[in-house]
Amino acid sequence: MQVSQVREPLINGEKSYENITADVMAPVRAKPGKLWFFGFGISALVMLGGFAAIAYTIWFGIGTWGVNRTIGWGWGITNFVWWVGIGHAGTFISAILLLFRQKWRTSINRAAEAMTIFAVMCAGLFPLIHMGRLPLGFFILPYPNTRELWVNFNSPLLWDVFAITAYLLVSLLFWYMGLIPDLGTIRDRMKTLWKKKVYNFLSFGWKGSARHWHRHESMSLVLAGLAAPLVLSVHTIVSFDFATSVIPGWHTTIFPPYFVSGAVFSGFAMVLTLMIVTRRALNLQEYITVGHVESMNKVIIATGSIVGIAYITELFMAWYSGVEYERYAFINRAMGPYAWAYWIMMTCNVISPQLLWIKKLRRNLTFTFILSIFINIGMWFERFVIVVTSLHRDYLPSSWSMYKPTWVEVAIFMGTFGLFFTLFFLFIRVFPVIALAEVKSVAKSSARKFIRKSSKNQKPEKE
Amino acid sequence: MSEENKYWHILEEFEPIKDERLPKGREEVTSPTSRRNFLKVLGLGTASAAFIASCKRPAEKAIPYFIKPEEITPGKAAYYASSYFNQNEFCNVLVKVRDNRPIKLETNPKSVVTPKGTSGRVQASVLDVYNVNRYQHPQKSGETIDWETADGEIVSQLRQLANEGQPVLLLTPTIISPTTKKLIGNFAETFGAEWQQYDAIPMDGFREANQRTFGVNALPEYRFDKADCIVSVGCDFLGTWLSPVEFSGQYAKRRDLHNSDSQLNKHFQIEAGMSLTGSNADVRIRAERSDYGRILAYLYNQLAAKKGAPAIAVPTPPQEITPKLDEVLDDLTANEGKSLVVCGDNNPDYQVIVNGINQLLGNIENTIQFERTYNHFRGSEKSLETLLSSSPGAVIIWDVNPVYNHPESEKIKAAIEKAPLSVAISALPDETTELCQYVLPSPGYLECWDDAEYKTGVVSILQPTLHKLFDARQAQESLLAWMGNESSWLDTIKNNWASTYFPQQNEQSDTERFWVETLKKGELVLDAPSVTIASNPDEIGNSLNNINTENQAEGFTIELVENVNIGTGHGPLNPWLQEVPDPVTRIAWDNYASISPAVARQEGIKNGDVIQLGNLTIPAFVQPGQADKTISIAVGYGRVNGIPEELITGVNAFPLAKAENGFRQFAVSGFSITKTGGFEQMALVQGHQSMEGRPIVRESTYDKWKEDPASGNEMHEEIKHHHTTLYKEHEYKGHKWGMAIDLNKCTGCSACVLACNTENNIPVVGKKEVRRAHEMHWIRIDRYYNGDEENPEVVRQPVMCQHCDNAPCENVCPVAATNHSSEGLNQMAYNRCIGTRYCNNNCPYKVRRFNWMDYTGADAIPNNRYDPANLTMDLSRMRHNPDVTVRAKGVIEKCSFCVQRIQEKKLTAKNEGRQLEDGELQPACQQACPSDAIVFGDMNDPNSKVSKMMKDPRNYHLLEELHTLPSVGYLSKIRNKS
Repeated sequence: MQVSQVREPLINGEKSYENITADVMAPVRAKPGKLWFFGFGISALVMLGGFAAIAYTIWFGIGTWGVNRTIGWGWGITNFVWWVGIGHAGTFISAILLLFRQKWRTSINRAAEAMTIFAVMCAGLFPLIHMGRLPLGFFILPYPNTRELWVNFNSPLLWDVFAITAYLLVSLLFWYMGLIPDLGTIRDRMKTLWKKKVYNFLSFGWKGSARHWHRHESMSLVLAGLAAPLVLSVHTIVSFDFATSVIPGWHTTIFPPYFVSGAVFSGFAMVLTLMIVTRRALNLQEYITVGHVESMNKVIIATGSIVGIAYITELFMAWYSGVEYERYAFINRAMGPYAWAYWIMMTCNVISPQLLWIKKLRRNLTFTFILSIFINIGMWFERFVIVVTSLHRDYLPSSWSMYKPTWVEVAIFMGTFGLFFTLFFLFIRVFPVIALAEVKSVAKSSARKFIRKSSKNQKPEKE
Repeated sequence: MSEENKYWHILEEFEPIKDERLPKGREEVTSPTSRRNFLKVLGLGTASAAFIASCKRPAEKAIPYFIKPEEITPGKAAYYASSYFNQNEFCNVLVKVRDNRPIKLETNPKSVVTPKGTSGRVQASVLDVYNVNRYQHPQKSGETIDWETADGEIVSQLRQLANEGQPVLLLTPTIISPTTKKLIGNFAETFGAEWQQYDAIPMDGFREANQRTFGVNALPEYRFDKADCIVSVGCDFLGTWLSPVEFSGQYAKRRDLHNSDSQLNKHFQIEAGMSLTGSNADVRIRAERSDYGRILAYLYNQLAAKKGAPAIAVPTPPQEITPKLDEVLDDLTANEGKSLVVCGDNNPDYQVIVNGINQLLGNIENTIQFERTYNHFRGSEKSLETLLSSSPGAVIIWDVNPVYNHPESEKIKAAIEKAPLSVAISALPDETTELCQYVLPSPGYLECWDDAEYKTGVVSILQPTLHKLFDARQAQESLLAWMGNESSWLDTIKNNWASTYFPQQNEQSDTERFWVETLKKGELVLDAPSVTIASNPDEIGNSLNNINTENQAEGFTIELVENVNIGTGHGPLNPWLQEVPDPVTRIAWDNYASISPAVARQEGIKNGDVIQLGNLTIPAFVQPGQADKTISIAVGYGRVNGIPEELITGVNAFPLAKAENGFRQFAVSGFSITKTGGFEQMALVQGHQSMEGRPIVRESTYDKWKEDPASGNEMHEEIKHHHTTLYKEHEYKGHKWGMAIDLNKCTGCSACVLACNTENNIPVVGKKEVRRAHEMHWIRIDRYYNGDEENPEVVRQPVMCQHCDNAPCENVCPVAATNHSSEGLNQMAYNRCIGTRYCNNNCPYKVRRFNWMDYTGADAIPNNRYDPANLTMDLSRMRHNPDVTVRAKGVIEKCSFCVQRIQEKKLTAKNEGRQLEDGELQPACQQACPSDAIVFGDMNDPNSKVSKMMKDPRNYHLLEELHTLPSVGYLSKIRNKS
């Protein structure tokens, strides 16, 4: 196969197919180490703390939060939007990059997708628990009932319900679809009977026959086709929660593209944060290379710049519209009592990703790791700025107020991290972190070993 | 298949089937209800019963009438005429009674004294009846005893003391009941008792001044409705002075600009602290409290100079205010006989000069009339002389609390403790009852018979609307019992009426008929007595001399003021009153020291910093418009006894008051400010004071209005012109409800807020929750400052749900819990609400309220109630309006335009086969408004008052540029200033 000399290999080291299988399967087959138990334990504890705080909220009411008559949504919805945003990278990588035939996605798509699903699960918690009457939350579903009550299809919150559920379902299916051949591989390597049985069940009896592969491939493509528009629609619809309202700072047509690019931006940052640690912890440096990191950093520059332009456009439109409420909302963002949040957002989201234009930094793992955390923080503050600073000073100054989270809100937010990492820790021990079958499918064209072999055939390399 | 024909095909079928499982020797029992079936049915039955029972809570204590009383129809309210009286407030009311419980007080439109509206305190008083802290039995030193024992012991001791010649003191508040007065007279005679009336904030200085100048010891009738020019020197006549409900109505009549002939009055307020009245003034002149005397003297001398009357030179007030006072003088002289000068200070010298000014202006007999004088405020500095100087043998204290609200608290305490017999007659525990040997519980005014002559010649009857809740007895009944009088108190009143008032009227010829008819109306108007007014010009000279020799005030002057809702210390017992923010500062649940912004800057004090003023440690509040050298503190706070812990709040400022020349003064000089370094977060509901230049309250001046009635409101036409929409607009075929609010009439008194509380079962959330902006009021009165912080102008705006035709809240609710009615109401289905609070976020007016916690006890989850004010106890729940759902935790609520009232009146009209009349239907806020600022009605009726107001060029909608199309209109504020 003709491979450009310039293109760096996606799999380093002299990895044969056998090696790939062994490396990727190692964490699944080996007994977890102390570090894993430590991480898992902490995460589970924090998660339980979060659940306790949720129970407390449901028992005593939303009054245990810092939200008030003016600011109806606080950390709850901020976290919701943030987590949904985080959940954008996985499907973006596996669906959209699949359609665009980006081979580098193969090393990261599995973990990114898992992350997506966990993030969406964390996100989905918030709209539920921020309801005043969660036990009656099922009212939000359009089910036939004797009271002849129907939901309000005009409400973006209802659209949210559909968008998030659809996204979660399709992402889950897509992820599982990709897992099936790998589960078959694991089953074949498992020595213990019960494990073999479990994996056999999970792999739906995968045999690796041509017919299976054919169906798998075509189904993957169908799901990719379904998932790709969902990546764009979910955050578009989430942004409608704000965009269709009348609150200055919310009522903006720019929100859908701005939210989607912001979501991909934050999602990639989260993937980087996780993968930089995971590749080291699970010894997958040869599969998730600096080249992968660089590719993701490029996506970050692109989406980060879109976000930056969106911020500036918002400011311009606030001035240009001539609407005094709109103008005030943005002056208040930049100079009001929550200006610190605005400037954290601006620094982290607009200025910091621009550093990635420098190739050295783009390929520096430590720098990328720190930067990715900055972006995660910045994107959280973006949501905080949108939700809280727009509400706290809206139309009538008589109702202006301030918002401060309580320990309950903090505990719930922490709890979602606990949930996320608990699931992630389980995931890395149960499923292959790298899509085995997919990586193998690009090995011929992108693994160092094979590239060298094939180029030798063409032209002897000068050592 | 019938039983007779039995078809068979093999022989075995005739054999009974043996159950192999049965042990031998036992026969199978054949029954359609087998054990198994029985258990099945039992199981199913129990499970379904449990399931069904768990769906609905069983009704408790629902006992139907065996014999239904004639006047009670379950589910239908009855209204009884009665009256409310407490210190400076009197109101003729209709008591709304549902199923034997008084639940709301409404205006009695037939009243002569208060034909329109009530005050907030009147509205809240219904809660006092259901106060869980009420005394329930007579007590002796804290032990429950029965009435016979108490009576026996008290009477024998009284007789013994009378025989020994020891003085017996009966201390009461000002009694305006003519029958009670007679009864007390008899009692005093029987036991040789001394009767003293006590007022926490006395007005004896006013009476004294009128005695000096006019030769009448009376409080005259002030006619604010006849005054074209009102000058008030530190007099809060719209909030707390003399008869605020009455004055608000009179004042509002002159703020009405419904047609081009309307004449607006001009109101000058010269004051130190920002009062409710001052915040409504056309021109407010900021002056030090210690300068009031000189200001009055200056006004008098200048007028005297013009009139050629003798003047006595007095040091002039500060340079910066004299030009403003000259303007005041110009207006006063231009309105001779149609002006009114009032001063709120109890110093008789000041009042003599005020009288002199009014005399010079020819206001006596015009805006100040002596025919129907006020009968309240009989207390004086002498009230407690006996108690303090000659230790009395017996003290009977009836519903007064001098231990709390008299500056000589400690001495009074000692005197009461020393007295051989001390009896307290009171409904609620307080600082004074605590010290008395005997505590005799008295019922609330809604459980009592009484009469009242508030203004001379206008006599009202108070009737009970509720069976006595506890083992309580009216004070009058106690007096009757002690005198050995067997007749009931009701008979005593009736006899007195038959002998005193029956002969004075000629409408009724039968005494019983006369009684019943008066009872129905609630009041009897007699001819006003004629009074001759003397004139003693010498007195003015003396008073001017006294002011001349007044000491120059040093340091800061503390002025003690009354909070509109809290009053003199009764309010703290009532959580509704505590929760309503002060109309000027917008702070609930606390008192504070108001200091001027300049002083705050100089001393480095911020809102909530605790400061030390003499013995008083109190948080400071920076009040725009406050005079630099004056610090205002509200009295009435710091009550401790008989209050749940959560309601104990603020500092008692009464000890600062002092007597000067025999008259209580509520301004004291010579203080300095020290910061203690402490901080107390106040329950401030409005943190931002400026409108930020937004067209929220639109205003103009009288001169501009005369030229163009739409002045200040020009943008309304422009916005209306742009009205267009792609969507189908609502069509209202029947009624279309709307509300118009005249910002020129609203004074901010907050009666509407309290009326709404009562009508709509709004929970009290307490100080901590108000601090967290969790207050639940459906209507609020926004207050904005305009101009410099030194002396800003104030505008107010009552804001409730605007019932938008294009409501932003309606389209965002995912479950359609809030929707639009065919009559233009934006309605809430509480049962459907899941509490996403999206509607609240999307409401530009921020009028939606969320039940953050289980404030009401309506939540299904146990042990999570948040009820600091004890308002979810069985007793306090009796106040609930059964027509309004009590909302559970986690749902949004908001103003419904009192939809229950709309439905009720619509049904009445329908049953009677007629159209609903305009004005027949009044929501609680409109009903309670003493200024008639709120008008509700059908906008589809072009002749309705609200339709006409909506067409007024002054009318605009709040945030109308958003195209939310509210059903509430505001009429712009017109200030009478140049």
